Amino acid sequence: MKNKLPRYFQTAVFVLVVGGILILAISGYLNPAIQAASNPLISAQNWISSRYQAIYEFFTVPRDVASLREQIAALEAENNLLKTKNIELEQSLKEVNILSQLVGFARNRPENQYVAASVIGRDPSPFLHYIIINQGSDNGLRYGMPVVTQQGLVGRIDAVIGGAARVQLITDPGATVNISLQNAGADGVLTGSLTGDINLEMVTQDVNLQPGDLVLTSGLGGAYPQDILIGQVITVRRLETDLFQTASIQPVVDFSNLQAVLVIKNYTPIDIPPLFPGHTP
Amino acid sequence: MPTILAFPILILLAILQSSLISRITLLQGSADLLLLFLIAWASQDRVKNAWFWAVLGGTVMSFLSGLPFVVLILSYLAIVLGVRLVIKSIWQVPILMMLIGTTLGTILLLGVQFLVRVISGVPLPFGESLSLVILPSILLNLLFSIPVYTLVTDLANWLFPTEKDAS
Repeated sequence: MKNKLPRYFQTAVFVLVVGGILILAISGYLNPAIQAASNPLISAQNWISSRYQAIYEFFTVPRDVASLREQIAALEAENNLLKTKNIELEQSLKEVNILSQLVGFARNRPENQYVAASVIGRDPSPFLHYIIINQGSDNGLRYGMPVVTQQGLVGRIDAVIGGAARVQLITDPGATVNISLQNAGADGVLTGSLTGDINLEMVTQDVNLQPGDLVLTSGLGGAYPQDILIGQVITVRRLETDLFQTASIQPVVDFSNLQAVLVIKNYTPIDIPPLFPGHTP
Repeated sequence: MPTILAFPILILLAILQSSLISRITLLQGSADLLLLFLIAWASQDRVKNAWFWAVLGGTVMSFLSGLPFVVLILSYLAIVLGVRLVIKSIWQVPILMMLIGTTLGTILLLGVQFLVRVISGVPLPFGESLSLVILPSILLNLLFSIPVYTLVTDLANWLFPTEKDAS
């Protein structure tokens, strides 16, 4: 029986069977059978792969954590550096803003010559509201010159040396300023206080003083130029029995955060001896 | 050597006082770094010429302050001499001397400043001055007094080493 079929016949049958299986596979008829046969293989491969992954991670992940920690440290350092730079830039921007506002203020008042100065200190005594600025007689500053910011009046120079000057703020308890009320059209006197508040005094009872009225320098007495803004009336105290009415003033200048000021250089104050010691408007 | 060091130390303290400490306020009061330094310095048994430090410190501060020139010099000098007198003859516990000296020294210093301003014609109400300036300043000075005392003690040990320290 053996080898009775010719060899080419065996080959033809083999080709037909393989071709038939391929046709069946391509046409999808063998999918269930292939799936049933491959599932155990896939499961086995999954199992092996997951075990391999676990073993691989066991040896490699600690090294990755170390490198990640290094990266985090480097990024944190970079972040801190950027934050520091950001703060420095914000500070510079703040200074530029202040200076540009001062320049804008000076341009709006071309009749005055200004010297810009930074605030470098405060009086050590809490009973005195004085500041120290970094410009002095070398820059043309003299005793009595008015000091302003882009918002309004700050005070006047009380003492001066070559490279620095001391400025008496209008909030000082010993400071007085002659003022005029823009809306009411009346004059008065502004005084400082221990708490840093400024009060309006010497306003006669017939003046219609209202909250919101603007307070400007009157120029009387010659200590300050005319029409420099000081603040706004916030509360009025009027008693029928008093000769004058008084008011609390909200200053336009933030005296707690003074950083830069302008000294009006071309204004010569008139030094009139006061009638009463300590009151030098 | 210690006398020469008085110049940079006191100038540095005056700059710190004017530019930094005076801005840290409680109500209207503020600490006085130079006062604390001088009390702590005078409390050190081994320190010589504490009066010189007081005069020099008062002179430096007078340049910064709008008060009449001699007021701070005399005030600091009186406080330092008082501390020296007490520490030598009565009290031998420097840390307690520091606290009591700070309280009494602040009252004396600010009391004199108050009187000088009132005499010069500035209307300062006594009640407000006491509650808004003097009492908060005492509290701030007491808060700063212990760290200042520790630093000044180290400085005194460094500048005036005893035989025990040297060995």
